[in-house]
This record gives sequence, structure tokens and C-alpha cells, in this order.
Amino acid sequence: MSGNRSQRPFWRRPLLVAAALAALWLGLPPLLGLRGVYLATDVLLFVLLAGVLFLGAWMRRQRHLREPWRRVFHQKRAAVSAVVLVVFAVIGLADSIHFRKPLPPAPGAAETAWSVEVLSVLDVLLAHLREREEQTYSAPLATRLYVRQPVERGGRQVREYPRLRHGGAHLADPERQWAGDVARLALAGAGGGLALAALAALGLVLLLARARGESLARTAAGVWRGEGPVPWRTVLATVAVVCAVAGVLAGLSLHYHVLGTDKVGTDVLYLSLKSVRTGLVIGTLTTLIMLPFAILLGIMAGYFRGWVDDVIQYLYTTLNSIPGVLLIAAAVLSIQVYIENHPQLFETATDRADLRLLALCVILGITSWTGLCRLLRGETLKVRELDYIQAAVAFGVRPFVILGRHVLPNVMHIVLIVVVLDFSGLVLAEAVLSYVGVGVDPATISWGNMINGARLELAREPPVWWSLVAAFCFMFALVLSANLFADAVRDAFDPRLREQPA
Amino acid sequence: MNGKTLLEVRNLSTWFGPQDRPLRVVDGVSFHIGRGECLALLGESGCGKSMTALSLLRLVPEPAGRVVDGDVLLEGEDLLALPEMAMRRVRGRRLSMIFQEPMTSLNPVLTVGYQVGEVLARHHGLGRRARRRRAVELLAAVGIPDPARRVDDYPHRLSGGMKQRVMIALALAGEPDLLIADEPTTALDVTIQAQIMELLGRIRRDRHMAMLLITHDLGVVADHADRVAVMYAGEIVEQAPRDAFFSEPLHPYARKLFAAVPGFRRRGRRLQTIPGGVPRLDQAFTGCRFADRCDEAWDHCRAHVPREVSPAPGRTVRCHRFDPEVAAPPAAEAAPPAAAAAGAAPAAGGPVLAARGLAVHFPVRKGLLRRVAARVRAVDGVDLELYPGRTLALVGESGCGKTTVGKALLALVRPTAGSVVFQGRELTALRGEALRRLRAHMQMVFQDPFSSMNPRMEVGAIVEEGMRALGLGDAQRRAARVRALLEQVGLPAEAARRYPHEFSGGQRQRIAIARALAVEPALLVCDEPTSALDVSVQAQILNLLQDLQQKLGLSYLFITHNLSVVEHLAHEVAVMYLGRLVEQGPVEQVMRAPRHPYTRALLSAVPVPDPQRRREIIRLQGELPSPLSPPAGCHFHPRCPEAMDVCRRDYPQWSEVEPGWRVACHLQTSDVRSQTSDSSDSGI
Repeated sequence: MSGNRSQRPFWRRPLLVAAALAALWLGLPPLLGLRGVYLATDVLLFVLLAGVLFLGAWMRRQRHLREPWRRVFHQKRAAVSAVVLVVFAVIGLADSIHFRKPLPPAPGAAETAWSVEVLSVLDVLLAHLREREEQTYSAPLATRLYVRQPVERGGRQVREYPRLRHGGAHLADPERQWAGDVARLALAGAGGGLALAALAALGLVLLLARARGESLARTAAGVWRGEGPVPWRTVLATVAVVCAVAGVLAGLSLHYHVLGTDKVGTDVLYLSLKSVRTGLVIGTLTTLIMLPFAILLGIMAGYFRGWVDDVIQYLYTTLNSIPGVLLIAAAVLSIQVYIENHPQLFETATDRADLRLLALCVILGITSWTGLCRLLRGETLKVRELDYIQAAVAFGVRPFVILGRHVLPNVMHIVLIVVVLDFSGLVLAEAVLSYVGVGVDPATISWGNMINGARLELAREPPVWWSLVAAFCFMFALVLSANLFADAVRDAFDPRLREQPA
Repeated sequence: MNGKTLLEVRNLSTWFGPQDRPLRVVDGVSFHIGRGECLALLGESGCGKSMTALSLLRLVPEPAGRVVDGDVLLEGEDLLALPEMAMRRVRGRRLSMIFQEPMTSLNPVLTVGYQVGEVLARHHGLGRRARRRRAVELLAAVGIPDPARRVDDYPHRLSGGMKQRVMIALALAGEPDLLIADEPTTALDVTIQAQIMELLGRIRRDRHMAMLLITHDLGVVADHADRVAVMYAGEIVEQAPRDAFFSEPLHPYARKLFAAVPGFRRRGRRLQTIPGGVPRLDQAFTGCRFADRCDEAWDHCRAHVPREVSPAPGRTVRCHRFDPEVAAPPAAEAAPPAAAAAGAAPAAGGPVLAARGLAVHFPVRKGLLRRVAARVRAVDGVDLELYPGRTLALVGESGCGKTTVGKALLALVRPTAGSVVFQGRELTALRGEALRRLRAHMQMVFQDPFSSMNPRMEVGAIVEEGMRALGLGDAQRRAARVRALLEQVGLPAEAARRYPHEFSGGQRQRIAIARALAVEPALLVCDEPTSALDVSVQAQILNLLQDLQQKLGLSYLFITHNLSVVEHLAHEVAVMYLGRLVEQGPVEQVMRAPRHPYTRALLSAVPVPDPQRRREIIRLQGELPSPLSPPAGCHFHPRCPEAMDVCRRDYPQWSEVEPGWRVACHLQTSDVRSQTSDSSDSGI
């Protein structure tokens, strides 16, 4: 429509970025002597990322979309939640680059054999957490196990709480040294985190100063006083808090299990971080699958009316009347049967779990498009009566061109609002479904599985509370920031809430 | 000026927006209203009329707006100093307000009687029975038929005119001393407008109530006001008694307003327009606010703020020309008389478009199986012919089906019956690609310049759309044509890069015209293209349409309810009532000596901006019946003051008055004498 506003097409830069990233993703593992593993959800997640890049570049050119987005980021709560969401996204993406390590060459084998264990970049970063397994439960920051075990002492069997293999293993006398050591590690971690935040602040000020063509000192002073439309000071404060918390966790995790260990002795912090990816995949891929249905059917029903409308309405009314959990359970179970009957299709257990995760996304997507579809149909019914649609008809513009050029851009704000609002609902849905047992594969690390595993242990005396609390805290942080962000998006895009020019 | 002063407003200022750069929406307004007097506050949209009224009632939307200065003295009591509690007793009881939009001013989930009763309970403390009785009385007083039954109705069962009557009843319930009527009839048809204005005048006389009438319509002012205050850009620029004002307006702005009114007198000539727009109100003015748009401005006007001077008793004006202390201006060169447009092109050759027996019925479906339960006969047998280079005006009240006729002619709505022949081809038989290609030759300009353009598209893309859809030219040629078109309608070529919301209503309507012209149509259907515009902007658009017609030989089908526009622009006129044409003919004859009683009533209801020209308003009873079940016989007979027995039985046939002028009325066929006299026929 407005391609020649500036000389370069909008897709040039994102295409370069995407191509470079794809080359890295494909080329780097062989160079490092690894075998890249490209799971279906990984690929989709990165395609989605590329799509977001392109969409962002396109929306920068569209004033009616650029202005609301600018308004979004001028709100403090949106800026704070965006920072938190970015942290989650980085964790999730780091966990979506998978590879397999070579096994030590077997004598006489010509080809390299690859380990069956599929690792991600996050696994490598968190190697110390992943590899330091205990026997069973241990409380957060504990130095001893949570359960008494028979120990051989002086030839006699005694039942006591044995020292952990890794947690606080460096302490000679844990009872006396523990508090001091924890405080020292936490402080050191916080200090490191804050130093990192300071570096980030410096980098931001440098970039801003260059972009605005101002002196460094003036930019820094402006940011410090909270000047300008973008709340950079709030962003930096959030970054500082996030860095400090991450620093404390990292510092402590060097020698302790910060959030304890679960039944088989895996670090709960590790589990919680690995669950981020599952949550993100469910939240985003489901949307990706649902959008085409919802948008196309919704605006078609609203625009064409007549029998098209009838068919689409019957379709989503019927789909809505089937209990969602039943449909999901049936579909997930049949997928599981399929996976079990065709083991030769999957190289590793991770592949199997991943297929089930993808299947869950597809099913959730198929069952959840009706709400948006209904909204879009209603809005389209309103839009189609406007004179500019009539004018387009009078010009003989083809119906599908009208849908794309006139209807879709004018209902896009609804799509954006619903997509952002749905995200948090889907993350929660995963937890509930996994708890019920029809969610992701039991081998997939997810918050739902963590809660499912922890539910029986709450009944123990004394209870094992940390798995549940950890899953709850991470989910809460993600969903709360997604909701706050969604609120800000809705406020900025909803024309009724927009400030009226006096 | 009768009685003593009821309300005195001194130096009222209401500002909006940020503290550091406020919009001075009302800026030092002073006026007074005597008991029983009607003061008209006249001005175009955005000049601060409504804000002045809201400031009086202290209903300015806070915190965005605030009254920053001034006194509002109601019989010596300063309303601006009253606590909110006391103010609530003033609102409704002493000052009442009627709003512009009757559709949204009533709560849809409460009965009419309840809403009137609420006010009665608040201000008179009446009990339930007394409240109901009084509500019925009030509804009767505002002319609602069968008030005892209507009192229990919900607002959605009332028509627009009825709702406005209920609003007036609500405003009267507190028996106020001053009624503020904010454009009370803008949303209504002329015949209803005449009813409502007459009602207000009667109530005012009976109760000796003062009224502040806010309007943009000079005709309404001429009929009803005692005094006039003209507002411009937040200021009152002229105040005068009505007759003095209409015989000789002083301020250049007021004179321009008069000159922009279309009608027979300026037929065939260009209307005077006011160049430019209202200045931004977020500045402290150093000169006259109107200087930039004024033909008579000189250096002094731009350098000094004019003070209010009184050239005659009871008159004030804010203009340097009338200030005795200001040196006389250099003699203004008389504006060159606008070039007289060449006379209307004669109708040459056959019609561009001819419709025969055009009918559009909308089925009303009910029940599970969506069976057709009834048909709305929106258009029911219309014959029209449009000739090249001529303008046919289609007039009628809202709901009579005139917009549907326009859409049916363009095949935007499928006709149920009848034929439309366009350039010798039958349109109703065309489908798909053939129809799409023919669309280039006929285009539409819509009523609302705000909903007729996709807000997400640049103006250039909007104008280009038709050419793209029809595959005309390549991208470069199209871009060049867009620039040429924008210049043709008087917009800069850079406008192509901007979005519709950056333009004013008049500019948007120009864009809409450019868009329609892009595909070089032979026929343009203009659906009330100026009804959403101010009179000065309307003049610009009418001038543009006339120029284009002369230059390009376009045919217009001009759908409107504004008869002065018809008089100004049209060659032929067709009057429509309830889906059918009732009178059709050359505009001079029809407008000067209408034959159909409906045309006569319609014409008599139009307010004329000339208080000397007293006219007898033919009052129509009731309102337009539902097209779902039109009355038997002549559709107009229930409202017709001259209805006869035959009218109730048979629908009248067309009868020709002169060649090209025909009327569907029994008066024409049954009695030849009615041709010689316009008075009602009593012989039958």
C-alpha cells in the first residue's frame, strides 16, 4: 500500500537478522563437533520469533499500529512487565536450541555415535544444577537430606539425616558455618548481579546518547530524572532487581540447591527454569495455530453473512458445546497410543515428548479459536456496514481484497488484545491439564508436572512444599507480567479508552 | 428585551487540556438573557457554543476542562461559587438543558414515565401517584399522543421526534426559568424540526420561560430568537436583536455566514466561502481571531485584539471596523463578484441512467427456520431518469428510502424488482465481472466523511483504490493521477501521504470526491454529502461539485433533505415519500409552486434565514409511517391536511402538470381547479 514511503522495503533488515540467526543455528553445532537437534517445537518457536521480527518491522511503518505500541511502552507497568517477559523469553529460547554430544569413539567404529541425551544451551549453562543430583528430597538451601536413612556408623546401623552429596558439601561443620556461608554467597551474587545491571544501564545510556545525539552526561541525567516519554528509569530499576535476584540465585546455586530437590534428587530451580520453555511453547504456538482459523473464519462469517455465516456459526457453536477437557483428553490419549505404536519414528525420548507437546498445542489451538472467532465476527458485522466498505464495493474491489485491506486492519486491535490475554490463560491451562494427566508427556519438565509430582508430598508430615511453591512463583511471575502487559496493550489499542483530543 | 435580566454571564472562560498550553475553548464570553427571552447562540461547530452552555450548568467534563474565570449570575446569585449540593438544586429546577442527540439522552432500560418522574421526585418531592399524573400531563403538554399509555413505554418504542419531545418534557418537569436547548433539532427531519421548534416556542410563551438556543442554523434563529449572539473561536463576536441582525449583520464573519447559505438567490453562481479554518485555540491571540479568514482585514486587525464596541443600542460587535477609536481602514477593494457559472447544460441525448419500477424490499425473517414474516418496502416502484451533465435531487425525510434508491442504482443493494438501464445496459441482469467493470462509470459520495474512509489507509491509497481494483494504469501513472485529482479538489498533493484523521470534515469530503472521480465516472450519487458539514464548508463542497460538473459533464443524483441545497444546485427534483415518488419535475417550478401536499408541507417547514418573510407552516400530523405496513390508499393520507375519501382507498396515478412535471395526487386528477389555486380543496 505504502511501499515507497522510504526507499528500503521494511523486510530487508529483519530478513538479514533472521538469515544470520538461522545460519548460526544450523552451522554452529557441526563446527563445535556437536549434532544439532531440531525439534518441531524449536523450529516453530523460531519461525514465530522471525514472524514477530517481521511484524514489528512492518508495524513500524504503519502509523495506526506504531502509535498504540508507543503508548504501550510509555506506561510504567507495561515497561516493567515487558522486561520480565523478555527474561522469560530468553530463558525459553536458550532452552530451545538442542544438540547431542558425541559419545567417546568406540573401538573400530568408523562413524561417530551420538549420545541419546538431547541437551539444550540452557542445560549447558545450568550444567552444575543438572548434574548435581541428590538421592531424594532436600529442603531449600539444606545441607542434609529431608528423610532419615540408614547409615553405617562404627559398624552399627543408625537412621539419621545424611549429608547431601553436593548441597553445602564444602562446609566442614555445616551447623556453624551455614549461615555465614549463605550470606556471603548471596551478597556476592547480588553484588555481581548489580554490577551487571550497572553495565546494562551504561550500555543503554550510550545507545540513547548516540541515538539522540546528546552528550553522555545529559542523557544519563535525563534518564535518572525520569524524563522523556519512555520510562527508562523504571526499566533500569526492573533490570537491576531482576539481575540482583538472578545474582543471588546464581551465587547460592554454586554450592546449594536453592529451591531444594525433588523425589529423585533433581534440583528444583533447574526444573523450574526448564519449565519456562514448556509454558512459552504452549502459550505461543497454540496462538499461532488458532489465529488462522479465528481470523479467516471470523471475518468471513461477519463479511459474507448468509450461508457462510450459518456454517461457521454452527461450527463454532458445536465445537464450543463439546466439553473441552474431554476433547483434549481423547486427542492426547490417541496421540500417545500412536507414539507408542510407532517407536521407530522417534530417535530419542525427547523427540517423543516433543511430539506430544506439539500435539497438545494443536489440540488446544483447535479448541480455543472459537472465542476470538466470535469476537471478530461481531466486529466485522459492524465494520462491513461502514461507508468505506461500501465505497470499495462500488469500485468493484474483490471480496477477499476487501477482507484483507479494509476489514482485517480494522479488527486487528482485537486480535492483538485477545492474543496477549490468551497467552496467560494457556500457560495456566497447561498446568491444569498436566495435573489432570492429559497434558504434556510425563518426561517433559513443566510446571504442571511439577505440581502433579508435588501434590502427594504435601500430605507428608512434615510436608514437601518447595516444588509447589517454586512452580507457583515462576508461573505467577510469568502470568502476572503477561496480564499486566495485556492490560497495557488493551488500553493502548482500545479506541474507547483512548484519550479524546480536546 | 422584555422583563428584567434573568441570567448574566460575565467574562466566562473555560479551558481544556494541559496547564501550560490550554485550549481556550470559551474565552471571555459575556451575555445576558432576560426573563422570557430567547437568545440564540449561533456559530459553526467547534466554536465553543456547547461548552458555554455546559459551563453555565457547571457540567464541563472535569478534569480535562475547567472554568477558569468569570461570573454566571442567576438573578444575582453566582452559580460558579455555589457548592455542588446547591448547584444540584439549580440544575433541572432553574436551568434545564435539552441535548442534541435524543437517541442517546434517554436511558433505554427505564420507562419514559419513570425518567420524567425522577425529576419530579427530585425537585418537587411528589409522591408516586402525583408523579405519574404529572408525567402524563407533561407528555401531553409536549404533544405526545395517547400520553397515558406512552408513559409506560420504553424509549426504543419512540421515534426520534417523540424522544426529543420526551427530553423536552424532562427538561420542563422542574419548571425551569431558563431552558438551554443545544441544537435541539439537528438530528431531526425538517417537518419534525418544525413541530419541535413550534412546541418550544409555545411552551416558552405559555410559561414565560427564557431560552438559550444553541444552533448553527440561521433559519431556526430567524424564526425563534429574540436576540442573536454569534460565536467564533471561543468568543462572542456580535450581539444584536434579531431583526437588526438579519437586516444588517455587522461582523465580517456573520456576513460570510449569510453569504454561504445556498438557495434560489445564488442559484447558478458560486457560493461565498470562508477560506481556511478556525485558528488553533491553544494560543493567546494578539490580533483578531478572524483576521486570517477575513477579506476586509488590514494590518491593524492582526496586531490588535478588537474590543467590544456598541455601534447601536442593544448591539455589540468585536471588529475594528466599527471601533471609532481605530483609524479608518484603507478602502477595501470590493471583492470581485464571483464569476457567474454558465447556465445549466441542456439535456442532450438520452438519459445516462434510467430506472423503471425500481423496488427494494427487505425481508423480515422470524422463527427458527427464518421464514419471511414481512417485507420492509424500502423502495417500492420508483422511476427516475438522469441526463448527462444534469443534477437530479432526490429529497425526502429520513427513512423514506432515498439512500436505498441510490444504493440500488449502483447495484450496491440488489433490487427486488424493476430495471436500471445505465448507458444502454441493463444493470440488474449483470453479475460478477461484467458488473465489476461497469462500476467504474458510477460512483458514490457518502454522507459521513468520517466513516467513509478506511482510517488505516493513507489518503493516496484511498484515492488510488478504485483504479487498482479496475486495473487502470501502472503504479506510476496512478500516483500521478492521485496527485492531479487531489489538486483538482483543492488539496495539496502531499495530502496523499497522510491519513484521513488528519483532515477536517470538509477536506475529507473533498478526498471522498477525489476518490470517486478517480475512475472517471459518468454518474455520481451524492448521499447527503454536506449534511455533516458546517455551512461555510458546505458552500465549498457545493462549489466544487458545480465546478466539476461543468468541467467533466458529470451527472449527479443528489440525495438530500436540505431543500436550500436543492434550490441552489439541482436541475430536476424528485420528492420521495415512504418508498415512492410523489412529485417530480424541474426544480424552479416544483420549488416555487409545489403541487403535492407533502412537497408543500416539506417546503413550508424549512426555516428561512429572513425574519421578514413570514410563512405559514403547514403542520403535518404525526410522523413517517413504518414502511413495513404502509397505509392503504395514498401513503400520505394519514398526515395529509387535504385528504379525501378517495385517498384512503386508492393509490393515486401520476398526472402530468406540465411536460416533465408530474404529481401523484388525487387532487390533481379529481379537480382541475386545484391547478389554479394552491389553497386546499373543499369542493369534494
